[in-house]
Amino acid sequence: MSLDHTAEARRQIEICNACRYCEGYCAVFPAMTREKAFSDGDLTHLANLCHNCRGCYYACQYTEPHEFALNLPAALAEVRVESWERLIRPQSFARLFQRHGVAMTGLLVAMLAAFFWLLAALKPTSGEGFYAYLAHGTMVTIFVPAFVLPLALIAAALRRYWVEVDGGRVTWAHLRRALQDAAQLRNLSGGQGQGCNFEEGDRYSDRRRMAHHLMMYGFLLCFASTSSGTIMHYAFGWEAPYPLLSVPKLLGVPGGLMMVVGTVYLVWLKLKADPALGAPRVWGGEMAFVLLLGAVAATGLLLYAATGTGLQAPLLAIHLATVMTLFLLMPFSKMVHGFFRLAALVVEAKKSQKAPQGEMA
Amino acid sequence: MKDWPETFDIAIVGGGNAALCAAITAAEAGATVLILEAAPLPYRGGNSRHTRNFRCMHRGPLSVLIDSYEEEEYFHDLMLVTKGKTDEGLARMVIRASEACLPWMEAHGVRFQPSLSGTLSLGRTNAFFLGGGKALVNAYFNTATDLGVKVAYEAEVRHVHREADRITHLEVTVAGQPVTVRAKAFVLASGGFQADLDWLARAWGPSARNFLIRGTPYNRGVVLRDMLDQGAESVGDPTQCHAVAIDGRAPKFDGGIVTRLDCVPFSIVVNRDGERFHDEGEDVWPKRYAIWGRLVAAQPDQVGFSIIDSKAIDLFMPSVFPPIKADTIEGLASLMGLDPATLRRTVDGFNAACQPGTFHPTELDGLRTKGLNIPKTNWARPIDTAPFYGYQLRPGVTFTYLGLKVDDRARVHGTDGPIQNLWAAGEIMAGSILGQGYLAGFGMTIGTVFGRIAGKEAAAHVA
Ligand SMILES: Cc1cc2nc3c(=O)[nH]c(=O)nc-3n(C[C@H](O)[C@H](O)[C@H](O)COP(=O)(O)OP(=O)(O)OC[C@H]3O[C@@H](n4cnc5c(N)ncnc54)[C@H](O)[C@@H]3O)c2cc1C
Ligand code: SF4
Ligand code: SF4
Repeated sequence: MSLDHTAEARRQIEICNACRYCEGYCAVFPAMTREKAFSDGDLTHLANLCHNCRGCYYACQYTEPHEFALNLPAALAEVRVESWERLIRPQSFARLFQRHGVAMTGLLVAMLAAFFWLLAALKPTSGEGFYAYLAHGTMVTIFVPAFVLPLALIAAALRRYWVEVDGGRVTWAHLRRALQDAAQLRNLSGGQGQGCNFEEGDRYSDRRRMAHHLMMYGFLLCFASTSSGTIMHYAFGWEAPYPLLSVPKLLGVPGGLMMVVGTVYLVWLKLKADPALGAPRVWGGEMAFVLLLGAVAATGLLLYAATGTGLQAPLLAIHLATVMTLFLLMPFSKMVHGFFRLAALVVEAKKSQKAPQGEMA
Repeated sequence: MKDWPETFDIAIVGGGNAALCAAITAAEAGATVLILEAAPLPYRGGNSRHTRNFRCMHRGPLSVLIDSYEEEEYFHDLMLVTKGKTDEGLARMVIRASEACLPWMEAHGVRFQPSLSGTLSLGRTNAFFLGGGKALVNAYFNTATDLGVKVAYEAEVRHVHREADRITHLEVTVAGQPVTVRAKAFVLASGGFQADLDWLARAWGPSARNFLIRGTPYNRGVVLRDMLDQGAESVGDPTQCHAVAIDGRAPKFDGGIVTRLDCVPFSIVVNRDGERFHDEGEDVWPKRYAIWGRLVAAQPDQVGFSIIDSKAIDLFMPSVFPPIKADTIEGLASLMGLDPATLRRTVDGFNAACQPGTFHPTELDGLRTKGLNIPKTNWARPIDTAPFYGYQLRPGVTFTYLGLKVDDRARVHGTDGPIQNLWAAGEIMAGSILGQGYLAGFGMTIGTVFGRIAGKEAAAHVA
């Protein structure tokens, strides 16, 4: 745990707790008013509740050059990224990929090489659609562990998180509330639907929530598409390729399009936003991750469009390489924020039952 | 001296709430407007950037405000704090106009939130700004900019040039360079003079140099002084200022809200010599908050020390700086620079005078001491459970009372009647209504109501 970042976040949170002007922006402030002193676990929890909307930066009367030098979005972003880097194992992977877009690109290139080789070396003698290039059994053998193992690493990290923030026992009601908040991105609404202060300085804008919605629901649709394909394959013996009017395609094509639009939108927002209000050292890693998501979606759509043409084989290799990179990086990239954030919302649903400090006087 | 390149219909002095309300109103009426703000951009917004709410009359639930708060009750509250030192006509006008302010503010970008935790007692009377006063100031600057209002930062007005009953121009220093700003009408909204320590020292005596200023260092009263020198009618007691007891470790300027301390009613307060000097349990804290600034200012070195034990530490809002902490009273005394034996004696005397009874932190519980020269009349519990905690208290000045006298159209008056093209709004004229005391949230109400009047009148004048 970096003493510097935790100590700095604690210093700022203690100022906020004496002020509370930003209480209406997000869940972080009501959460902090429950305490007077903040353990490292409390800070980890608060940091994962913050989604860097920056409302509390532009509203703060104590930002630099004031000697209190508040920049809560940045302070919490540092602690947040650090909590992922600390709780995910192996930590060195997390540190490498959270920070460096170049490392991510390197992994992608390696995966590209691997899949071009695979397709050339293991070309099956029979099979339809994609399976004409790579047998179904081979794909399952490669992708199932690449999906399940990272998820197991994340699960282990969430357990550590739970201990660190003293999550305790949760009920269905807590889970339901957290899922509701996450589904609506309630906290990203700025408290009143006016949105963030992300890309336009002190003016509010709801664009980041829109972009995030496109990305998140696009991703979930694509995920549902793949899942439905798996079910159709194993439960009904209906094998790919699927026509346009089939469940996997009806979910996957709009999902993919949403992700592509979401990527362009998020990249544009990120370029306009002030990097000093986030964790600047992971800017590159975050940007690369957004682009990776976009690449997964775009190559998937292209692959579908290229059905039956000579481009199908190379596009398949490229698409599978992006998907593989995404899977492998789930614990080590910005992707992990989804899991931690949901966990934080569940913990908060439980903890928010306690009254704020100072209510008596 | 250079002239400002453009000529505007209206030049507004100041960049706080009152100035912005005037600028927006005037621009919406079609006038061209220039705002001259002495502070650089990061410090724009004067004391308004430190505020959290405004007091608003309402006949039923309104936005975040619950129940109702009607004119008579509002006026009654004002009479209580000012002890009658108010202009009833102007006060009632402000109170009545406050109801329309809230929707106007919302329409111009201000957002509200329910009253903050720790301030539930204000949920009916005061509407809290989402993000506080700086978010309000940001919203108004954006609205004003969208309306074409021009803003000059680091533009300190040094002189308001008066010829007979008209103002002709302003002499301004913009980023260190002298500039003449001409306009057809002028609005003064440059706040009070509390940041001019020399002026405070002249009014209060040299001890004022030990005061901390809770708000902006830019409200030095340059324009107020200049107008008074030119015979403008004044109002309010020049020797008075509103001061509260704040954390002695606060910055000299701009410490704002976080330096306040709410521990006094659960503590004993001693001076430099280790002696108590006032009943700490007189009334619930929000009502007593304001008198302690004066009480501490009257003590040697303008300092006080609030002492509590571990029973009380969680009863009040957290402080921005951690309290001094020790396992014994003597230890606490030495950490705070007090004489250990004297503090021990004071605490022992106080503890012995405490009576049994039921302690109620949120209401007047009548738990009083017996036999002390200076009694504590509520919440008197022995200070006996280690660890012990202490806070140093110093007077923190919120605002000054001396200001320009205005009429109900916000016009500034000379000895022989109103100046034709000059209006004033906000703290610079608040003494016209608030002669003494303070009602939480009333400063922003006065600024909003008079800012809008000044903007409207000035725009009508140039139309
Ligand atoms: C810590 C604190 C908390 C407060 N909380 C509240 C609250 O919650 N509710 C409430 O109603 N009131 C509150 N007040 C009082 C409130 O701040 C004032 O009543 C209100 O802000 C006055 O507004 P104004 O526009 O007149 O002055 P200000 O907001 O102070 O604006 C004055 C402006 O004039 C500029 N200026 C000064 N001199 C010159 C010059 N010569 N040339 C050019 N520009 C100049 C300054 O830079 C500043 O921008 C609080 C005050 C403090 C200090
Ligand atoms: S960010 Fe600034 S304004 Fe907001 S609660 Fe913290 S100290 Fe107060
Ligand atoms: S940046 Fe936004 S989400 Fe994070 S603490 Fe500030 S207001 Fe809350």
